[in-house]
Amino acid sequence: MLLELRNVSKSYPTGEGKLPVLRGVSLMLEAGESLALTGESGSGKSTLLHLAGGLDQPDTGEVLVDGRDIARLGDKDLAAYRRSTVGLVFQQFNLIPSIDVAANLAFQARLAGRYDAAWNATLADRLGLSKFLSRFPEQLSGGQQQRVAIGRALAVKPRLILADEPTGNLDEETGDAVLDLMLSLQVEAGAALLMVTHSLRLAGRMQRRLHLSGGRLS
Amino acid sequence: MAWQAFKVLLSHWRRRPVQLAMLLLGLALATALWSAVQAINGEARASYARAAAVLGQDRLDALARADGGRFPQSEFIALSKAGWRVTPVLEGEKRFGPERLRIIGIDPLTLPPAAAQVDVMRDDIGLLSFITPPGILLVSGETAERLRGVVTPPLRINDTLPPGTALTDIGIAQSLLEAPGEVSRLMIWPEQLSALPPLDAVAPDLIRRAPVIESDLSRLTDSFHLNLTAFGLLAFAVGLFIVHSAIGLAFEQRRPVFRTLRSLGVPLRMLVFLLGAELLSFSILAGLAGVALGYGVAWALLPDVAASLEGLYGAEVAGTLTIRPSVWGLGLAIAVAGTMVSAGTRLWRIATMPLLAPARPRAWSLASERALRLQALGGAALLGVSALLVTAGTGLVAGFIMLGAMLLGAALLLPLVLSLFLKLGGRAAKGVVVQWFWADTRQQLPGLSLALMALLLALAANAGVGTMVESFRLTFVGWLDQRLASELYVTTRSLEESGKVRSWLETRSDAVLPIWHADVQLVGQPVQIYGVTDHTTYRDHWPLLEAVPDVWGLVVRGEGALANEQLARRGGLGLGDQVNLPGGRSMAIAGVFSDYGNPKGQLIIGNHLLDELYPDASRLRYAVRVAPQKVPELAADLRTTFGLPQGNVVDQAAVKAFSLRIFERTFAVTAALNVLTLGVAALAIFASLLTLAGMRLSQLAPAWAMGLTLGNLAGLEILRSVALAAFTFVAAIPVGLALAWILLAVINVEAFGWRLPMHVFPLEWLRLFVLAVASAIIAALLPALHLMRLAPARLLKVFADER
Amino acid sequence: MSVPALAQGFAGLGSDATGFAVPQRGVELSFPRDHGAHPDYRIEWWYLTANLTGEDGQDYGAQWTLFRAALAPVEKQGWEDPQIWMGHAAITTVEKHYSAERMARGGIGQAGVKLSPFLARIDDWHMTSRAAGADEISALDVAAAGDGFSYALKLDAQGPLVPQGDLGYSVKSAEGQASYYYSQPFYKVEGAITIDGRRIKVSGQAWFDHEWSSQPLSAGQTGWDWFSFHFASGEKLMGFRLRDDGEGYTSATWINADGRAEPQPPGALRVTPLEWQDVSGHRVPVRWRVWLPAKGVDVTTRALNPAAWMDTQISYWEGPVAIEGSHPGRGYVEMTGYNGVSSR
Repeated sequence: MLLELRNVSKSYPTGEGKLPVLRGVSLMLEAGESLALTGESGSGKSTLLHLAGGLDQPDTGEVLVDGRDIARLGDKDLAAYRRSTVGLVFQQFNLIPSIDVAANLAFQARLAGRYDAAWNATLADRLGLSKFLSRFPEQLSGGQQQRVAIGRALAVKPRLILADEPTGNLDEETGDAVLDLMLSLQVEAGAALLMVTHSLRLAGRMQRRLHLSGGRLS
Repeated sequence: MAWQAFKVLLSHWRRRPVQLAMLLLGLALATALWSAVQAINGEARASYARAAAVLGQDRLDALARADGGRFPQSEFIALSKAGWRVTPVLEGEKRFGPERLRIIGIDPLTLPPAAAQVDVMRDDIGLLSFITPPGILLVSGETAERLRGVVTPPLRINDTLPPGTALTDIGIAQSLLEAPGEVSRLMIWPEQLSALPPLDAVAPDLIRRAPVIESDLSRLTDSFHLNLTAFGLLAFAVGLFIVHSAIGLAFEQRRPVFRTLRSLGVPLRMLVFLLGAELLSFSILAGLAGVALGYGVAWALLPDVAASLEGLYGAEVAGTLTIRPSVWGLGLAIAVAGTMVSAGTRLWRIATMPLLAPARPRAWSLASERALRLQALGGAALLGVSALLVTAGTGLVAGFIMLGAMLLGAALLLPLVLSLFLKLGGRAAKGVVVQWFWADTRQQLPGLSLALMALLLALAANAGVGTMVESFRLTFVGWLDQRLASELYVTTRSLEESGKVRSWLETRSDAVLPIWHADVQLVGQPVQIYGVTDHTTYRDHWPLLEAVPDVWGLVVRGEGALANEQLARRGGLGLGDQVNLPGGRSMAIAGVFSDYGNPKGQLIIGNHLLDELYPDASRLRYAVRVAPQKVPELAADLRTTFGLPQGNVVDQAAVKAFSLRIFERTFAVTAALNVLTLGVAALAIFASLLTLAGMRLSQLAPAWAMGLTLGNLAGLEILRSVALAAFTFVAAIPVGLALAWILLAVINVEAFGWRLPMHVFPLEWLRLFVLAVASAIIAALLPALHLMRLAPARLLKVFADER
Repeated sequence: MSVPALAQGFAGLGSDATGFAVPQRGVELSFPRDHGAHPDYRIEWWYLTANLTGEDGQDYGAQWTLFRAALAPVEKQGWEDPQIWMGHAAITTVEKHYSAERMARGGIGQAGVKLSPFLARIDDWHMTSRAAGADEISALDVAAAGDGFSYALKLDAQGPLVPQGDLGYSVKSAEGQASYYYSQPFYKVEGAITIDGRRIKVSGQAWFDHEWSSQPLSAGQTGWDWFSFHFASGEKLMGFRLRDDGEGYTSATWINADGRAEPQPPGALRVTPLEWQDVSGHRVPVRWRVWLPAKGVDVTTRALNPAAWMDTQISYWEGPVAIEGSHPGRGYVEMTGYNGVSSR
């Protein structure tokens, strides 16, 4: 099992006390599998994704990756986990504004010490970014930016791709194209994909689908 | 509605007290340094005015000799008998122990009412005590304090007198100054008989002088005050950088609030008005605090300034501070004006902002490459102007324009230069993090450039002024060693004693060199003429800048004169030029010597010529050559044999120590202002970093998500600040050297009349480098700690939030 | 700037005379010595008043005074000299009173009195002897100038010097304060005065007083009224009243036309103000009744110009008067101590 969440709970402090977001969620994801996570706004789906990505830690429960509980890891190990195991694609602000597209594409891979020039070139080509490699993120359209984000996530050859509304900021046509690309590359790379979306249409393109409601899976 | 809206606007500051503190502190500091300089200058100018107004000299005409020399009081009697209503004044300097007093002797009976500054009929004075030896010295309270424990005629306090000035009866003055029967000038009553015999017929050697509107002192010291003012302005400008970034941040962060308020129906004009009112109240508050703080700074600096002015120009300035409305007014005005200038563009943007402008977080950090180039072009143009002035400009004002253009030009060029540095750094970098670090630092540059420009100015000022002071010190110390070649210096108290001491010393020392001098007026300024005897001491040691062959032979034979550098410069005298000595002798300049720290012009001629031309010259001092090991014994013998006070027999080391002490105090002010300016610059960086910190989250979050720890990021933030400071330091060094050069070769020459060789002190730079880096670390520390302790949720919001 | 002994006004003349010489009865005056200064006495003056008539037919008065005040009873060379000199000069016309003042220190040659020949001077003002052989002051050139006026007068004595009081010992109070005092009241005057640029030839009579003392007033005395009269008959009268809170102390000398002096006993002279006027802010009598029954004198004085106030640092009234009544003539009146509430 690549990823397993066991009875994970998470709450956030607010002005009126603790707001529970996840209430004992358990979930499993195999390598190469794609899973859509749907739910209302505030249902906790992004939080679940963050816990899986080592971006945040649960109050209780375990987040096992290859059987290792990352919820117990320190800051440094969590960072190492993020850079070598996970590829992240967010709705926005994925890219580092101060470096160009080529550098953004290569950033995490190089950080993880896993940079493969040929693979990067392939990705750029497949994502249609070859012409833009020396541009800066702010010079790209939203769809182009998201393609760079996907490319960057795949460049590191992650075992787990986590995507949070990756096409949320894009129009439908562009969004579909971007998603197609992501799915085909995910399959080629043999990575698992966990995608958060509120769109049932998009969720339907995943192998599995889970629905979060009131902090619980259904 | 206005009040409700105002409260909403103000609530921002309650949530961000550090930002508010920054804004107020920046403004207060800027105003403080400016006001301190104003207060100090005001005090000094008031002292000059008081000196000029002594005895109504600023209102009354006077009769004096064209050369400024003294003349017999019989001319006063002759004029009185001819019907001229005049009153005699004798003026001169006299040392009492360690204190030098300007003695002004008056005749209270003939003093016109306009000149009657002191009522000698006062119960604690009385005319009889006033005119009967030992007489009475009227001095200011401060001067009396300084004279405590020193043997003087009885003192009485009169606080209308400038510091260092003693008013006494003319008869007492004549004996104190050893000028029996002599007067310096005759002041003319405004009321005169209609039919007066012409001056030519009664006193042909006297001329009528108009009232002294502007004292020599204020003209002489202009440069010094201009210097201080320039420093004050620099400090103020640096402080404004802080204000600018604080206001910028506050406006940026409140954009949504503005939008909301306007959507809720607050008219645009009211919004702009309210923001203006907010800034106005802040600036008044900070301005008041700043002026108060400025007085504190002035109070702390004034004694050193007073010492500088006395050391450099012989100008006496009171060491106490008066509260002047003009300083408060100007301080407040400049605080308000500074705030409004800093906020002007922002207010304008609000005023022209469409109601539903997209809330795009376009950080102002994204200044285009083109703007950077334009700015650099402007900077280069200013540098060109400065360079042009080096060859084309003359005068102090040109010097300061040169200096200002150079500093401003360099500051404007800085962002481009740093950008190039950072590009090179990025190219050279191998690792991904390092590359990103350089790229990201470059990205930060526009947001930090104002603060970095402030740092550049502060560092350059430090390096430049430091270089100047150290150059001065090195030259000065070397010069002292040359100039003070004799082992012992003796001041006798009367002509009679002078003769006895001289013959006593003849047999007990290797040589007794008279230090005799006459005070005259030459090329329109006070000049001291010294006489020298033929001795190897002069040939071996005297610090000549240039000279004709056999210069000492010429001088001793009465065929040539030596001028000090300031006299040569002010009078436009070069080797071979003729100078007309008062007393009717014309003589060629045979050499020019350096004479640092002397406010007056000086001329050296053969001693026998001095005797011949100036029978009234002061003949009281001697330099004694004697084997160093014999000095203590000889000094003790001298004191016991003649009962000379401690201060009248001084060995070389003591004179040197005294001169160096004056020197140190002279530059204490500059040093203090330097440190303060650097502090303000550090604060500017801090303010800017704080401003940027909020906007940086969206730039840092991806890197964090991709596997960098917050610790890494915080460390990099500090490193970034250090790198920028270090690069700025590197850029500041040539600017500082240029500044030092302008100060030494242009400003000082104009201001003091001497030019110093420039020496470079790399170790000083190291200290400055450490200071720069330290201030960068301190400035970056708080934002970095804040980043380290950030909850992941705050970073994660970046990816999900619609801002 | 004023002189301490004088600064307190004439009231200061009542100051203690410690250290200074004090006039003694029976000491005979000796000339020319006593024309000179007496530095061991605190106060001394050489006082000339002239009643003049111009070529324009107008009456004029002229005053020339040199005061000496000693801060200490010694004379020294140079600025240390404690002798202080003060000059007052005035011209009085019907319309206007011109006055001027000079101050100087002794010891430096700016002011003083010299003998053989007699010369009293301060700055450009002087009183210079022209006398050959005879009494040094029997012929004098006198000149002074001030704001708007100047004069140069030639004086020739037509009679002898006249000692006042008991052979020159002039008693000033019942307590015995006294001065040495003599006069030369017989000058015939020729000369010219210049007023606001207009030069007028004048002729007339002048009266010279020389008086020195150390404590001329007693403590209770507040000022004096002094009269010098040239009667048409050729006779002269000098009289004064020293005021106190009671009757005052009067003294007078009747001078016959041949110069013979008849000192009158204290109280013989009686003076009464008849009319008061505000002059320069001071209330002073401008008409007097002067009454010396022993000589059948009962006259009233009328000021040529009531505004003859000497607005000098020590201020007083001094001006020419016309005399009407039993003995017509003209003369001078001096009134001190009328400084009123604003007394300095």
